[in-house]
Amino acid sequence: MMKPGTLILYAAARFLMPLQLMFSVFLLLRGHDEPGGGFIAGLVAAGAFSLYLFAFGSELTRDLMRIDPRTLIGWGLLFGVISAFPALLQGQPFLTAQWWPIPLPGGVEFKLSTPLIFDIGVYLAVIGTVMTFVVALAESEQV
Amino acid sequence: MTLVALPIFIPLLCGALSLLAWRSSLVQRLIGLVGTLALLVVSVMLLLAVREEGHIVMHMGSWQAPFGITLVADLLSAIMVLLTGMMAVAVAIYSLATTSESYERFGYFPLLHLLLAGVAGSFLTGDIFNLYVWFEVMLVASFALLILGGERSQMEGAIKYVTLNLLSSAIFLSAIGLLYGLVGTLNMADIAVKLAQAEHTGMVDVIAVMFMVAFGIKAGAFPLFFWLPASYHTPPVAVSALFAGLLTKVGVYALFRVFTLIFNHTPEFTHQLLLWGAAFTMLTGVLGAAAQFEFRRILSFHIISQIGYMLMGLALFTPLALIGGVFYITHHIIVKTNLFLVSGVAHRLLGSYDLKKLGGLYKERPFLAILFLIPALSLAGLPPLSGFFAKFIIIRAGIEAEAWVVTGVALLVGLLTLYSMIKIWAEAFWKAVPEGVSTERLTGREKDPQLVWMYLPIVLLAACTLLIGLYGQPVYELAEASAAQLMNPSGYIEAVLGTSVSGGAE
Repeated sequence: MMKPGTLILYAAARFLMPLQLMFSVFLLLRGHDEPGGGFIAGLVAAGAFSLYLFAFGSELTRDLMRIDPRTLIGWGLLFGVISAFPALLQGQPFLTAQWWPIPLPGGVEFKLSTPLIFDIGVYLAVIGTVMTFVVALAESEQV
Repeated sequence: MTLVALPIFIPLLCGALSLLAWRSSLVQRLIGLVGTLALLVVSVMLLLAVREEGHIVMHMGSWQAPFGITLVADLLSAIMVLLTGMMAVAVAIYSLATTSESYERFGYFPLLHLLLAGVAGSFLTGDIFNLYVWFEVMLVASFALLILGGERSQMEGAIKYVTLNLLSSAIFLSAIGLLYGLVGTLNMADIAVKLAQAEHTGMVDVIAVMFMVAFGIKAGAFPLFFWLPASYHTPPVAVSALFAGLLTKVGVYALFRVFTLIFNHTPEFTHQLLLWGAAFTMLTGVLGAAAQFEFRRILSFHIISQIGYMLMGLALFTPLALIGGVFYITHHIIVKTNLFLVSGVAHRLLGSYDLKKLGGLYKERPFLAILFLIPALSLAGLPPLSGFFAKFIIIRAGIEAEAWVVTGVALLVGLLTLYSMIKIWAEAFWKAVPEGVSTERLTGREKDPQLVWMYLPIVLLAACTLLIGLYGQPVYELAEASAAQLMNPSGYIEAVLGTSVSGGAE
């Protein structure tokens, strides 16, 4: 185990992690037409959790994430697969994008769509995969 | 139309669900059974629909070919998917008895579903790069399944497996790159059209050989088959049964697809090369098996020799030979999986796969002995079992094509296969139990209620073997129809590209 808790790492991790998580959500939502998307957002979020893990250890990180990273992979896959199905209801081939725009006050539109659901699935699966690795590596080092 | 995607999505969905339920062994097993049964039902429906309509095509995400990814089911694909469904059900039932909790905690069932999704995806995709992706999905799952349990011998086998398969993937990927550089498309039907119009330089043959090598490695063909006997006897027996039945056959399927649809312009070069490869594959496989004394290793070497027959069917490239090839694949998947399942029962009863430490199975378990004999003699090609007709068609095609050397090799290899099967019979079933081997389980003093789950799939698959042997006409007709489709790829191309064949010359 690396030396836990130098002061700078402590303070920085606590400060940076929420910012990184927020940034990852931003990347996730902007990803359809612009650079970003589920994969890169998932990596950024996993980076945030990894940073927290380096500072505070794997046990606290598990507490923070609440859900086991392996379960996250499952949810991610499930979202991905589910997003293929709504097209069927319209009699279109699998994975055909469905758009349900929701107008928000102020003239903005929130584009709810199956690509977004798919991206969320990717996001969760990437976080789950990377965190499964990192947590397993950190814990094997402790033994 | 939906049918063609379901064999991929059902295993993916089951994989995700059983990953979510990874704490509960019961739920995972239930999903395993229900999911594979659903896969089987869907694949039967797919086959029926394809027999009706010829080709079923779906453009994923409504992106039209040749730009989007297309899923295509012709008869060959549908037959392969059906066999996948059958093996999946057999292995899922068998796993009820053989899967220990520690395997389940390592994600046995999710990986199994992922593997099935990869296999089904490879059979159904109409896009050559997508084929690569499904190959990788399948390989990642198989890497993980191969080392379940983490024993030393497994690691050793897995390293050879991973190394050669990565090499194959690298060659495959480079070949795709070169081909894309040549014709500017990845859709297989579109490639076939463009390549027919393109000027034929030596480059096409080079790419064809690269595909041949890449798929040949995956199929376990001569000369790069070493990974197969080095690894297939190491994982849990249900896993090796599934691998033995399906994985190499994905390579064979890819060869069938690519060398009938895309590279069919210079058969005097490419198919001649395949023919020699087939002859050597048969011979080295069967000779390798003769030297082995371990149940699963013998069977592994026989996979290789059998792959030779299938390649021979493709390489002769006559309608009859292709019928033989398709028939052979059908017969082989069922028989080989079953033999591995039988070896698992022998291991369960006597605690070893080493023939020297086995014995007495015929005396104590005559029923099991019969269940072994059916697939074993079928593998060797004795009438009236399925293997006889498979070999008969191939050899007849060989004689008609006047390929005397290969036909001679095929006949000889059949004889040597019989030798290997008799060796297993004599050692494991006929001779008395060797000294120092515990017979508690064999004689049934120690009850084993789960054994019925191991017997059930073996009985079902043996029944299939018998059925194909005694009532083979429907299977022959299916193989005949699929061979006709393979010999005449324009139907496939039209089904995929639709009106754009006539519409756009661009």
